Amino acid sequence: MLAAGFYAALTALVPLAAGPEPERLALVAPGLAWIALVLASLLSLERLFERDLEDGALDLLALGGPPLEAVAAVKTKAQWLAVAAPLSLLAPIAAVALGADPGLAPVILLVALLGGLCFVAVGAVGAALAAGSRRGGLLIAVLVLPLLVPPVIFGAGAIQAADDGVPGGGLALLAAYTLAAAGLSPFATAAALRNAIS
Amino acid sequence: MISALEAQDLTVARGGRVLFERLSFRVEAGEALALTGPNGAGKTSLLRALAGLLRPAAGTVRYRGAEPDRTSQSLHWLGWQDGLKGQRTAADELRFWARWAGESSPRVAEVLDRFGLAACADLETRRLSAGQRRRLALARLSAPPRPVWLLDEPLAPLDAVWRDRMGELMREHLAGGGLIIAAVHDPLPLSARTLDLGVAA
Repeated sequence: MLAAGFYAALTALVPLAAGPEPERLALVAPGLAWIALVLASLLSLERLFERDLEDGALDLLALGGPPLEAVAAVKTKAQWLAVAAPLSLLAPIAAVALGADPGLAPVILLVALLGGLCFVAVGAVGAALAAGSRRGGLLIAVLVLPLLVPPVIFGAGAIQAADDGVPGGGLALLAAYTLAAAGLSPFATAAALRNAIS
Repeated sequence: MISALEAQDLTVARGGRVLFERLSFRVEAGEALALTGPNGAGKTSLLRALAGLLRPAAGTVRYRGAEPDRTSQSLHWLGWQDGLKGQRTAADELRFWARWAGESSPRVAEVLDRFGLAACADLETRRLSAGQRRRLALARLSAPPRPVWLLDEPLAPLDAVWRDRMGELMREHLAGGGLIIAAVHDPLPLSARTLDLGVAA
């Protein structure tokens, strides 16, 4: 909820900062909806593992029957469902509200859903690495943002291609990056968590 | 069934500082070991190494009678934190952790009653007192039953009545072939061997 509020506020600020001319806004609307999604996804990552580490629950999770990789995968999926997926639904609405072509909305939604999963999968690794450190939120952003450059480029490319009416663009690459990130993330996250509790 | 827990030449270092070196001991089933020593002597780190949460710098920990890769299935861990989520109810927390430990249909009401928490079952755990939260954390030890209890300051916030009551539960556990290793500042309310890390270091 909080992340959704942040997302709405961020996109509402854009016309105030960039100027209210419809032509200019329409030009940047899809890109802004996209970059706001990255920032809003990062917002709640800090609490993904930090609380469990602080209250000792992570020790118990680590000692349970299922491996930490499964814990990481489930928590990442929950984070996607609870935070990133609702944000992805907001993305096309925000873009159209800023003046983007309504015909682009389905592409923006698809890109946002894929990208949201990617941001959470990569972000979980950052959250696990930053667990236990002070000012973890900032550390997560610094760790994760460089890794999000490729999906941001692919996603923007896909939206641009749809706008130009040509097929493809970065959509396949975004899907590939997302699949790889979602597949590898639980293992990297679990390794970082083991390091955090030892 | 676990017949003994053995530590051999255990060395644990934290942040570049060696806490203890070449520590060896053996705890038999039915026996309790109290770890004592000043703050920072390494009691918690030793417990974490025994649980497998912390990799020792040298030495080995062996659970005699357990499958080598499944030692965590024979132990209950109780850290100095309670590991409870403040916004969930006592019953929910107990049910979740019992299931996590492999109990398919935990008898939550019965266990809560035994630990004097029946009236708190539907209260969020942040509304419980420190002693009640500790009792809820201790209640996890009974569901499901596991032979090895590794406890870090298990009785710290409890009143005299519940210390005695926990002493009884621990004696029952030992009589049933379990073993207990607990880091403590006050003596355990049962007869236990003592390992003083301050002296060992």
